[in-house]
Amino acid sequence: MIEPRPLTRWLILGTVGLVFLVPIVAMGEFTLRRGLEGGYDFSRWIAVFSGGLTGEYKGVLTALGNSVVLATVTVAVMLVILVPTMILVQLRFPYLRRAMEFLCLLPITIPAIVLVVGLAPVYSVVAKMFGSGVWTLSFAYGVIVLPYAYRAIQANLAAIDVITLSEAARSLGAGWLTVLVRVLLPNLRHGILSASFISVAVVLGEYTIAALLNRVNLQTALVIVSKSDPFVAVIFALLALIFAFLLLLAIGRIGAPRIKRSLTGASS
Amino acid sequence: MNGSTSRRAAFTVPSFFGLVPFAAYILLFLGLPTAIALFTGFLDGTGSFSLTNIEALADPVILSTFGNSIGLSALTAVIGSVVGAACCYALIGTNPTGLLRSVVDSASGVLAQFGGVMLAFAFVATIGIQGMVTVYLRDSLGINIFANGVWLYELPGLVLPYIYFQVPLMIITFLPALEGLKPQWAEANASLGGSRATYWWRIGIPVLTPSFLGCLLLLFANAFSSFATAAALTSQGSQIVPLQIRSALTSETVLGRENLAGALALGMIVVMVVVMTLYSLLMKRSAKWQR
Repeated sequence: MIEPRPLTRWLILGTVGLVFLVPIVAMGEFTLRRGLEGGYDFSRWIAVFSGGLTGEYKGVLTALGNSVVLATVTVAVMLVILVPTMILVQLRFPYLRRAMEFLCLLPITIPAIVLVVGLAPVYSVVAKMFGSGVWTLSFAYGVIVLPYAYRAIQANLAAIDVITLSEAARSLGAGWLTVLVRVLLPNLRHGILSASFISVAVVLGEYTIAALLNRVNLQTALVIVSKSDPFVAVIFALLALIFAFLLLLAIGRIGAPRIKRSLTGASS
Repeated sequence: MNGSTSRRAAFTVPSFFGLVPFAAYILLFLGLPTAIALFTGFLDGTGSFSLTNIEALADPVILSTFGNSIGLSALTAVIGSVVGAACCYALIGTNPTGLLRSVVDSASGVLAQFGGVMLAFAFVATIGIQGMVTVYLRDSLGINIFANGVWLYELPGLVLPYIYFQVPLMIITFLPALEGLKPQWAEANASLGGSRATYWWRIGIPVLTPSFLGCLLLLFANAFSSFATAAALTSQGSQIVPLQIRSALTSETVLGRENLAGALALGMIVVMVVVMTLYSLLMKRSAKWQR
């Protein structure tokens, strides 16, 4: 009754799908072009991957390294600060759940470009305390991944009975550390894995904060490279998009809660 | 006092301190930056209170920038939500864990949330001066899409890339609402002699309208706060508010004012708060049917 007729379904999905494929195909076509004489080959891809580590693309690879560091530290910040707090709120402070949700979803309302206006002075202090290493940016990234990570973990938390699990463990004589590490974290692994993957994807795609705080990450490097060698920028962008796609596909496949759709779907 | 209550009391004090790291982190990296962003707009160059920057929001240049931002966001939100809703409709009844849905979900997630700069590159490769579509149209059909000048790197050029991330966001946010449609309603409609059209006009559309409008607002907010795509695409000028904030941050000569970035940030936040408040009201309304 409410399902569309097969013809309607495939007409809509086919048309939109094809149109949305065009820019991706165009990126591929763009990178395969052979200079002025026309035709296609893989020379640009070969150039990037053969001489890449030392050659002229070293800058992009360094930036990619920076982004990997940022992604790792951001996931660590999230695991160390967000996950224990969410468990604690679930167990001990159920009346703080709404407040916690509000705080964690707040970064959706505050655009990164607004946040960066206030982050600039904060980071001049951070640089004095921790140096100006690129990893310090992870503190800001921890905030922008908050809504995504929160939704992923909360969906998992809601699906398991944290209170019964922890009381069962404690009545068997487990200390709180044992409860956390051996009982709760294994039960939350899907949520935590999804949260980590989605955080990695967010950090790899982040441009705004890095650009305006004058840090180098993958996206800022790509913008700079695109001015001199647009082909290389498009190659890396295509690879990054495919990588993010595979990350998200993996989240769906590990049978985790469907975080992407619940991110903004049911916030009431 | 027996053993268990005293142990509980001993457990409560340290557990309260367990909230401190998160609270401190949020305060330092979300609360403080937001507060600074909001209040620097009220300071002049010497750090004393002043309303001159706030008054600058009424400057014709700034007003037209806000107008551009709001127009671009509204246009792409409307197109994105209609096309996205059509896709959601087409996805009704597909297996939520099947291959099609996995691919649609993941692709939508990538394009809606992580594209940014890379989408700008995609459109340069597609409809840039040497883009695939541009070249094809020019060489095969004799159509020059840039006959009246190259518009890709200016405001009109943002429309297509923005739609490219708005439609996937609509799919991500609107699909759960469609899945909330209960099969019983369709059965009730059928047993009362209603047709497919009756179902949609009398049940589906009325139930889904709040969700649809909520998602439309979310798309608006998404486009309004988006920066990376525009920053990578437009080389000159600051046609939308986020780009204006960038030039205010990187040079101090926008309209000859300091701290203008703060005033612009305040203006953006005001728009975002209005939009997101309406969004959450609409979502509360739509949650009525999702129990």
